[in-house]
Formats: sequence, C-alpha cells, structure tokens
Amino acid sequence: MGIIMKTYTYTEKKDTRSGFGAGLAELGRTNPNVVALCADLIGSLKMDEFIKENPERFFQIGIAEANMIGIAAGLTIGGKIPFTGTFANFSTGRVYDQIRQSVAYSGKNVKICASHAGLTLGEDGATHQILEDIGLMKMLPGMVVINPCDYNQTKAATIAIADYDGPVYLRFGRPSVPIFTPADQKFEIGKAIKFTEGTDVTIVATGHLVWEALEASKALHEAGISAEVINIHTIKPLDDKAILESVAKTGCIVTAEEHNHLGGLGESVARVLAQHRPTPQEFVATNDTFGESGTPAQLMDKYGLNSDAIQNAVKKVMKRK
Amino acid sequence: MPNIKELTDLTTQVRRDIIRMVHKVNSGHPGGSLGCAEFFVSLYQELMERKDGFDMDGIGEDLFFLSNGHISPVYYSVLARSGYFPVEELNTFRLINTRLQGHPTTHEGLPGIRIASGSLGQGMSVALGAAQAKKLNNDDHLVYSLHGDGELQEGQNWEAIMYASAKKVDNLISTIDLNQQQIDGSTDDVLPMGSLRAKFEAFGWTVIDIEKGNDLESIIKGMKEAKSLTGKGKPVCVLLHTVMGNGIDFMMHTHAWHGKAPNDEQLNEGLSQNPETLGDY
Repeated sequence: MGIIMKTYTYTEKKDTRSGFGAGLAELGRTNPNVVALCADLIGSLKMDEFIKENPERFFQIGIAEANMIGIAAGLTIGGKIPFTGTFANFSTGRVYDQIRQSVAYSGKNVKICASHAGLTLGEDGATHQILEDIGLMKMLPGMVVINPCDYNQTKAATIAIADYDGPVYLRFGRPSVPIFTPADQKFEIGKAIKFTEGTDVTIVATGHLVWEALEASKALHEAGISAEVINIHTIKPLDDKAILESVAKTGCIVTAEEHNHLGGLGESVARVLAQHRPTPQEFVATNDTFGESGTPAQLMDKYGLNSDAIQNAVKKVMKRK
Repeated sequence: MPNIKELTDLTTQVRRDIIRMVHKVNSGHPGGSLGCAEFFVSLYQELMERKDGFDMDGIGEDLFFLSNGHISPVYYSVLARSGYFPVEELNTFRLINTRLQGHPTTHEGLPGIRIASGSLGQGMSVALGAAQAKKLNNDDHLVYSLHGDGELQEGQNWEAIMYASAKKVDNLISTIDLNQQQIDGSTDDVLPMGSLRAKFEAFGWTVIDIEKGNDLESIIKGMKEAKSLTGKGKPVCVLLHTVMGNGIDFMMHTHAWHGKAPNDEQLNEGLSQNPETLGDY
C-alpha cells in the first residue's frame, strides 16, 4: 500500500532578501523600537521601504562593518532593537570579534541580518560566497541562528525575531527561489516544520535546499522510496526532538544545506544523533572548499547542492541502515 | 565648587584599592589604572549626572563606556566607591565565580557595566550607538568614553571617529588616555601616531587638551569645558595627558607596570606612599 505523499507547488519565485525587506518594513510600522543599520548595501538588502517610511530610525554607516556592529550594540542601550544589514561574509567573518564581545558576550539585542549567503550569490565569486557563516555564528554562546527557506518564511522570521530578546543571526540570499510556504505563517524560533511524512529516510534541510529536498522526495516517491522532509529553519537552538522522532521511524538521515559540511547544520544534527540515537547520516553540503564564479544553478550543480545530489545521498544512506 | 580634599582622599584610596586588588591575584593592569584614577574620580563624583541605582538603558542619565577594559581595577574601585556595589566585593577581583572579571563584562550582572570590553578598539562604536539612542529618545544627557592612546592603533576607532563627525554625534565626549605607553614600549617606539589633535581635528572633531591629566582641578575644569562644547554639531575629544602608574613613584614614567602585579615589598612601598583615607575594603 503506497503512502499518499503531500506535494508542494509554487506559482512564483522570489529572492529571500526581499522577504527580509518586507518583514523589516512591516516592523517599521508596528514596532517603534526597531531601528536599521546598513553598511552601504541598502538596495542589495532591500531596506529601501523601511528607510523611506522611517528615515529617522535608519543609520547609514558606510563601508565600516565593525563600526556598524558596535553602534548596533550601543543602540540597544536605550531600548532600541537594531537590525544590521550587509552581505553574510561581512556580517560574520569580517566582524567576528565585534560580534563576540560587543553583542554575544554582552548579551545585546542585536539582529544580524545577512544576505548573499553561500554560493548562490553567483558571479561575484569566492571572496563574497561565505560557506562558513553558520558555523561561526552557532559557536557563539547565546546566538540564535536562523536560515529560512523562502520569501514568506524569511519575512515571517524577520518579524518574529524582533519579539525575541537576544542576539540573532538571520541568513538569507540573493537568488529567486520558489515560494511554497504560506504567506500568513507564524514563525516559531527553534521549531522544525515537517513538510512530508515518510518511512524510509529523513531529509533535514535548511534554506532554499528545503525546496530541493521536496523535489527530491517527489522523485524518490516515484522510485518507491518514502522520504520525510523536515525544514530546520533554526539551526540553533536545534529542534532535537523533531529529528530524533523522525529517525526513530526512518532509521537514516540526509542533511542538506548551502554551507560547508564542517560547522553547518549537518554537524549539529550529527551531534544530536551521536548522543541520543546513532544513525547513518549523509551530508549534502560543500566539502571544505571555497566557491567560484558561475550562475547559481551551475554552482549548485557543480558543488552537489540540488535535488539530484539529495537523491544520491538518500540512496547511499539507505544502504547503510 | 568641588571639594578637592575629599576627592583627593578618594583618589588615594582608589590607588590603594588598585594595587591591593592586583597584588592579591598576582595579575591585572595597575599602570593604566593608576594613571586614570583622578579622571575616574572626577567623572563619577563631579561630572556625570547619574541616577540612583542602575539599569541597563540608562535613560535620563549620563553614560560612561570604558573601551580599554584592561584598566578594570580603577573602574571597579570607583564604581564600588560610588555606590554601585559593595566595596568588599573588590576582594573578589579575578577570582573564580566573581562578578569582577579580569576585563569588565555585563555577563555576570555587575551594576555599572553596560558593555564588555577588553578586546581593544570597540568602545567608541558602542558609545556612538548609545549616543544616537539618546537622541532618538530625546534624552539630552551625555555619553562619555575612555580609550587608551595605544588603542587608537586599532582600525575600528577610525571608522567610528569618521562616523561621529559625519553624523554630528555631538552628545559624546571621548577621552584619550595619553600616557604614551603600551605593552611593548612607548607608543613612539611601537607605532608612532603623530599628532592626535591634528588627526581628530582632520576628522572633524572639537579637541581639547588637559595637560595636567593627573590633577583633579585641571581635569574637572577641562572636562567642564568639554561639556560646554557639546551640542554644537561636533563630537568632542579630550586628550588627557597622564602618567602611567601615577602616585606610586617606582611605577611612573615606564610601560613596565602595564600588566604586572607588585610583589609584597612593592605593595607595601606603594601603600606607604598612599596612606589609608576612607578605609580599605
């Protein structure tokens, strides 16, 4: 008896950074304490609407990311909720010590919002394609790390983190990706979302690889493999329970992310499994490498970050059960 | 008019606190702490408008940020003796489970501290953010910050210095502890910085010098002048000419005591040069 699989479709593709811009604009209208800072990338971060409606609550810092993080930390002293905006590379590695001391260790309510994460910023190449940011940020004590999967989820996450008191890293990207989650969703930090029920394998994905995981699950279903697709939008704190419940049923797992396999979602999942339920796992992630120039689709293919790669990983991990 | 006798007594007691704290744990930074004792006493006793008690947001009062966090002994002593926490707690400096960590932090909830510092070069950015929050809150109180002169070798400062004048953050008084010493030697030996006045002025700040940076009356007079220069569209920089190790003769005019604790004999010599005034903790 075959399982009826829930399928997902989309009618529109949009960049997740625009979801951030829309969420920030809504916060501008609803939360007077929200302020925004940008290091000379307003258009890239889609912050125009917030700035137009709230010019007095926007701080153009110039190309000075370290100063931006420090100013954001200072703005919290006085009750403001700062959202900083720049590329993921300049939001993390470039300012790691500033985030570590002035934000994380100091327990400041700063939201570090990072666009153009991963390979899919495309042609700019490896100097801008950070694949280490999730690892850098999740290692900071007290830092929440979120990587939403589409426009709607990014917008909902942006709005939700304003109500959470503490430092947050919000990661999103440049390419247009399918919109398949509801516009009216409520975003719960740390709560995984199960998109499909399955019995043969668990696929845990974050960011736009969630869509690739759903595509993979359709193809796998046709091949007679029942995959359970779980969206981990919050990498820290991780929803251990959702992962453990799923692998108790399926007995194997594939993790998928646009990030280095060292330090990413896959390693967080592996830690949980090693402690509580050792389970065969395969990693769809980059393999300790820098990126390069190319179109997003070419890069996803070359570096093994798409539906095909997920299907291959599933077949491999199922043999290890 | 400030009661200079009382402030002098307090400064002497703060010096005793500093060297007793670092001696007990055989670690910490006495040199820069001693050099800024008069400044901290003047700031907390005469210059800042402070509310009773402590809350993180500090709305309706002046704020202070210490960027060169390694001079925590003077900060802790003056905070305790200004009523933020019991002076007995100075006994716990750098010990396990203390709120008085080697470098200041909000992490242990010590009243008076609003940001962690220690990794150098970050405090001016934080002070700028706090100053801009004050403007958004229509709070006309001031933000003070203190920075080492050697610390200005960190590039983030110059991002902040450029931003402060460009954005007309004129409710900020940033003081530079100009003792011309750093860990490896004099600032001129390690990395000469030229004229800091010329640099700050070129970056659009109003600059004043306090030549006698270890003299209470000069500090109070100079800082009041700095205060009078706020609200005029420019950030204000105070170049505070100090002597590292001030008040203990063998620690003065050298970088040797930047991060070194006195032994028993040196402690007693230092204490004898600074007789007890308000009572040791």
